[in-house]
Amino acid sequence: MDSLDALVLARMQFAANITFHILFPTISIALGWFLIFFKSRFLATSQAHWMAAYQFWIKIFALTFAIGAVSGITMSFQFGTNWPGFMNTVGNVAGPLLAYEVLTAFFLEATMLGIMLFGRGRVSEWVHTLATWLVAVGTTASAFWILALDSWMQTPTGFEMIDGKAHVLSWFDVVFNPSFPYRMTHMLLASGLTVAFLVAGLSAFRWLKGERSKEIRATMRVGVWVAATLIPIQILVGDLHGLNTLEHQPAKLAAMEGVWKTDKGVGAVLFAIPDAERKMNRYELSIPKLASFYLTHDINGEVKGLDAFGDDHPPVGPVFWAFRIMVGVGLLMLAVSWWSTLKLRRDSDPSTHLAIGLSLMTFAGWLAVVPGWYVTEIGRQPWLVYGVLRTADAASGVPPSNIAASLTIYLLLYAVLLAAYVSTVFYLAKKAASGAPGDEPRAGMPSAEDANDQQGELSNA
Amino acid sequence: MLELGIDLANPAGWLPVFFALVMAISMIAYVVLDGYDLGVGILLRQTNDLAEKDAMIASIGPFWDANETWLVLGVGILLVAFPLAHGAILGALYLPVAIMLAALTLRGVAFDFRVKAKAPYRPWWDRAFYAGSLVASWSQGFMLGQLIIGFQNTAFGNAFSGIIGIALIAAYRLLGASWLIMKTEGTLQLNAVQWAKRSLALTAIGVIAISLGTPWASARIFEKWFSFPNIVMLFPIPVMTAVLFFIIARSLERLPLRLGEGNQYGVAVPFMATLGIFLLSSYGLGYSLFPWLVIDQLNFWQAASSTEALMVIFYGVVIVFPIIIAYTAFSYRVFWGKSTPLKY
Repeated sequence: MDSLDALVLARMQFAANITFHILFPTISIALGWFLIFFKSRFLATSQAHWMAAYQFWIKIFALTFAIGAVSGITMSFQFGTNWPGFMNTVGNVAGPLLAYEVLTAFFLEATMLGIMLFGRGRVSEWVHTLATWLVAVGTTASAFWILALDSWMQTPTGFEMIDGKAHVLSWFDVVFNPSFPYRMTHMLLASGLTVAFLVAGLSAFRWLKGERSKEIRATMRVGVWVAATLIPIQILVGDLHGLNTLEHQPAKLAAMEGVWKTDKGVGAVLFAIPDAERKMNRYELSIPKLASFYLTHDINGEVKGLDAFGDDHPPVGPVFWAFRIMVGVGLLMLAVSWWSTLKLRRDSDPSTHLAIGLSLMTFAGWLAVVPGWYVTEIGRQPWLVYGVLRTADAASGVPPSNIAASLTIYLLLYAVLLAAYVSTVFYLAKKAASGAPGDEPRAGMPSAEDANDQQGELSNA
Repeated sequence: MLELGIDLANPAGWLPVFFALVMAISMIAYVVLDGYDLGVGILLRQTNDLAEKDAMIASIGPFWDANETWLVLGVGILLVAFPLAHGAILGALYLPVAIMLAALTLRGVAFDFRVKAKAPYRPWWDRAFYAGSLVASWSQGFMLGQLIIGFQNTAFGNAFSGIIGIALIAAYRLLGASWLIMKTEGTLQLNAVQWAKRSLALTAIGVIAISLGTPWASARIFEKWFSFPNIVMLFPIPVMTAVLFFIIARSLERLPLRLGEGNQYGVAVPFMATLGIFLLSSYGLGYSLFPWLVIDQLNFWQAASSTEALMVIFYGVVIVFPIIIAYTAFSYRVFWGKSTPLKY
């Protein structure tokens, strides 16, 4: 019982940390590219409102990046402390991938961030632009390595097991494992969508606060357009990712779909309460034969149910629900972004309804990304590395009381930081909208002249 | 090495030594680089003047994030190159590690929140900055103490480690104050000289306490230090450390007068000399622990990953490490000289 408690606690702690962590890279990966876009628009057109957009969003970027970086440090400790069996079994694969992430991405982004934030005026404009590019390249490279590792844990290839340890046969097959291209594309698009809604949402929020600047008109359009463009692609990629899961991790897919029994002509479950005891759905509402159709492209095609895997399948409830929340938010994104695009094409100003709708969607990306990751990670259970290493076998002998104590510390800290982050982001937007003189955010040592200078720059814009 | 039966001509022999070296470099880089950041954070409470607080943080703003990345590299190498030791060391230090991580998180986010949050909350983020820096420093010292005595969860072991925690706070404070002497001007610079003076004595007491306490706490280290020829190899360390303390003390005596005349000559001396003390202490520590990651239990070779994995990482380190050093140097050159207000 003790070891079970320790396992549950270790999983809860790891989940708490990685859930909190992923919120911030999800924003910083794509926001880096948005910053490049704003800056290049300014350099190409000399229109000051693009610079104003850059200067506003770089503040959000700095805040987001800082929280992502410090919460990421926690992860580097917990891989080993919570899951010693992981490195012990697949260290030959995971070690180099993690090492290359630190070496090629972390230092680059952290160092270039200093130059990007504070180096303007100390380096020439092109060096500053280069630094901005390198920050975005760094965050994306970081995503590349960690997603390669995560995908390998889902669909391991390119290795052989000798005496219970994985040995690499082909690094190409390890990195470009079957689920990697789908997961990488899916996550980068998710990041793009998260930031598109963040940019559109905060711009709409500033509009509601009475701001009528060229800057927010431009950024609202950019956000809405990017969202409207990416969401259909994301839905398509998500579908392909699902087919990839069907091929390589059928148990995860059966849990996502809520299919308990292997059958032909399986319906798509819209709503149900999965009952793990009786191995069936209660209150099921489904469209007949649809799941067979989109999974096998044949209305009478056979879909493997959870019964095909004995007890080796993930818990159904969380995976089933998380999947529906993700898809639901995705469809909402489709509706809102297309509706907004059409409205903003016709009218130059957003209606109040539109502005309210967009600002409510400001953090919609998180509501899809987190459940999406739960589908992927809980869906892999009971395996840590699919078919290779069980989560229970990788757990550590750390006393449960220690894990519980540290989990409490982390949860309290993360609750405070999350509240502080969201409220500060809206506060910065409100302040930008009111443009209150003398209340310019200081990024370091302020003086009356500095505040006035910067205020001057912005109002000239 | 011969007595351990290790063949350094063989990759299985030299790769663990190589990675131990890279890990040591990363950890020392972390300690001195984030050390001055943490020191400045600890000193934040010394002034009530908001502009001075801003100036102090402006001096570390462009660097802290990259500085902290050295910790990720150090721990990352421990994880990927010595996974057995990662589990053993960080498992034994589970709670101090969790406390350090929470403190570093608080300190790291306070950089942004203290200037971006609503005005009434800002003083709280300054307090978080100070508390995060203080607690992170202490827990790092505590972990260092535990590493030296081989993780004894006894009253004596915890007391010894707790005292090293306090000594490290003093040492980081000295490093932070001498960083400010180098990077700032005016009243703040003069104040920093006084802060450095006050930290100096406590740092010296800390270094002496560690030097006396370590052989007392660990019989193995006692034997190692006081046997021939090691005693000859180690003897220069205390002598040079004493000289460096003397240089700092003299420099801190003379600086106020010189700065009063508008002469910035020698403002880098206290920082460089403090850096020297940190490097000498690290050398002494490395010499005492070598080749053990967990004293008497796990050495480099026992804890190492497979040669194939280490070889793959080795190529990455050889190619990328010089590039990291190059752009880090570039960044320090960009922000060379007196720090300026941070705004973006």
